[in-house]
Amino acid sequence: MQRLEKSATGIAGLDELTYGGLPAGRPSLICGGAGCGKTIFAITYLVNGVAKYGEGGVFMSFEERAVDLEENVASLGYDLSEMVADRRLAIDHVHIERSEIEQSGEYDLEGLFVRLAHAIDSVGAKRVVLDTIEALFSGLSDTAMLRAEIRRLFAWLKERGVTAIITAERGDGTLTRYGIEEYVSDCVILLDNRVVDQVTTRLLRVVKYRGSAHGTNEYPFLIDAEGISVLPITSAGLGHSISEGTISTGIPDLDEMLGAKGYFVGSSILISGLAGTGKSTFGASFVDSACGQGKRALFFAFEESPDQIIRNMKSVGIDLRRHVDAGVLAFEAARPSLYGFEMHLARMNRDIERFKPDVIVVDPISAFRGPAFEIHATLIRLADICKSKGITALFTSLSLSGDGMSESDRSVSSLMDTWLSLSDVEANGERNRVLYLLKSRGMDHSKQLREYRLSERGVSLIDAYVGPEGVLTGTARLVQETRERRAALERQQATERRRRELLRKRAAVEREIEEKRGALDVEEEELRRLIAQEEEREAGIGSERSELASIRGARL
Amino acid sequence: MTTKNPAELNGTKRSTTPRENGEGDFNLRLYVAGQTPKSLAAIANLKMLCEDHLAGRYTIEVIDLLVKPQLAAGDQIVALPTLVRRLPPPLKRVIGDLSNTERVLVGLDIRPRPLVTK
Repeated sequence: MQRLEKSATGIAGLDELTYGGLPAGRPSLICGGAGCGKTIFAITYLVNGVAKYGEGGVFMSFEERAVDLEENVASLGYDLSEMVADRRLAIDHVHIERSEIEQSGEYDLEGLFVRLAHAIDSVGAKRVVLDTIEALFSGLSDTAMLRAEIRRLFAWLKERGVTAIITAERGDGTLTRYGIEEYVSDCVILLDNRVVDQVTTRLLRVVKYRGSAHGTNEYPFLIDAEGISVLPITSAGLGHSISEGTISTGIPDLDEMLGAKGYFVGSSILISGLAGTGKSTFGASFVDSACGQGKRALFFAFEESPDQIIRNMKSVGIDLRRHVDAGVLAFEAARPSLYGFEMHLARMNRDIERFKPDVIVVDPISAFRGPAFEIHATLIRLADICKSKGITALFTSLSLSGDGMSESDRSVSSLMDTWLSLSDVEANGERNRVLYLLKSRGMDHSKQLREYRLSERGVSLIDAYVGPEGVLTGTARLVQETRERRAALERQQATERRRRELLRKRAAVEREIEEKRGALDVEEEELRRLIAQEEEREAGIGSERSELASIRGARL
Repeated sequence: MTTKNPAELNGTKRSTTPRENGEGDFNLRLYVAGQTPKSLAAIANLKMLCEDHLAGRYTIEVIDLLVKPQLAAGDQIVALPTLVRRLPPPLKRVIGDLSNTERVLVGLDIRPRPLVTK
């Protein structure tokens, strides 16, 4: 079984969602309203064919002159005239002025066939664009003939084996104004320009793709200086080369909390927190430290003007002005509601391309309002762009309530490598700031809730008091610490007292022993004296008796 | 309906002028592609019409785009057959097999456009 051959468009994202591109050797229809990028799409297909795949192309324009077309796409960096000169691209402008033409009798569109065939042969084209063939309907009146001829044209294109894109204006309730989708039934792509909440988003949808699987959602796409890119989530590749190197957070204590002593280079960091928790300050600290090490930083500000940021950061001892003056720091400020997401992304991408930063700060991503899906897609793209370029990206996000994650937090959390959560702890009539690391991929990190302080010396972390009643912050911590100190002092005094008591007791006992020993000695002395007297007396009695005996004997 | 010798088609230039270009002469160019019935009819119709209305002051050039396809873009040919009035200016076009003589005469500005009455 032969599989459907595909002709790669070279348009980032589109080839992924069509699993390879347009059906090769068949006509595809691209339809959409005015100004939604049909012509750009078609011309990009041809230019990529020439530049990337070595396939010649024919652009048959029914609306724009070749010169206008060249000028219009020059902004995308396409040099059509060079390709035409190299005979790799042929542009033919078909112009029909109804007022100039008189009709007399039957005719057909063979002339168009001849021109197309000639153009295809002259460059050996594999790709053909007819932009917008329905213009014929306004130039010629015989619609029945036109329909038959257009049908014949598509069959002829198929026979020639060229892959064709036919663009068509969207009709009222139908895909195309004149219903030519009936004849082009292999692949139909619908482009749309939708305004939601005053923000325009370009959307692309593959309505139909005969014989092939395809992504069926509406995908946002953008047109910028690098051409078109569609944003299917799946195309966000994960093949980035990663870095083992780290970059300081700008806050020494915070570096200590991270096992790798900083953020990984090229990683995405999310700092989320309530209003006034110092998210921007963390961002500025990071930028300050990075710039101090000679790195280039780009600060995307969506809520404050650059001057305001510089002034505000001065109050916490961070001097960003010197980095700006040194040319290593640049600010890009814009209201997020100014453009659609894809324009923001395009702008950011362009700024990144131009400034070539090592680190970027986006402050804050929660400023983007709109459908979560789009925000998500935009941020994924941005994170991807940064990762692929090895740029460390720090995003701040405003949380709306203390516990829950905000919409933007939730949608991007999986994208982030390090997530630092800042919050307020309210107790004893005061608010205190605490931070903790929610996650930090690829490194061990502190799980400790830490109190931090914003002072004129920047951000400093304080050892949190963790007691039986949880983590205490602010004055509660101070009170608790004082209480502990007093208790310790009391304990110390009690010990001291007990020691003295013991000493005294020992002295008393020893004194008693001394006394008793003295009395014993006295008693012993007395006894010895009595014994001696007794002996003396004994001896006296004996001599008296012998004296008596001798006396008595002498008489004998 | 007149049939023509196919050999006549293959020549790109086929002049039937009695005299060379003069002031106010019609320089006409008829584009066709191959010898389709429509092409042949257009050639015959044109020739007849010119003889009837422009005798002695016209040149006709028949261009077969199957032979010279590169000429199609220059004169903005889409429909075939197309008759182009190159001279006198301005450029005029008539498409179709030229079977409606009235329309051709109007298209070539030989006869003024009829006023719309109804």
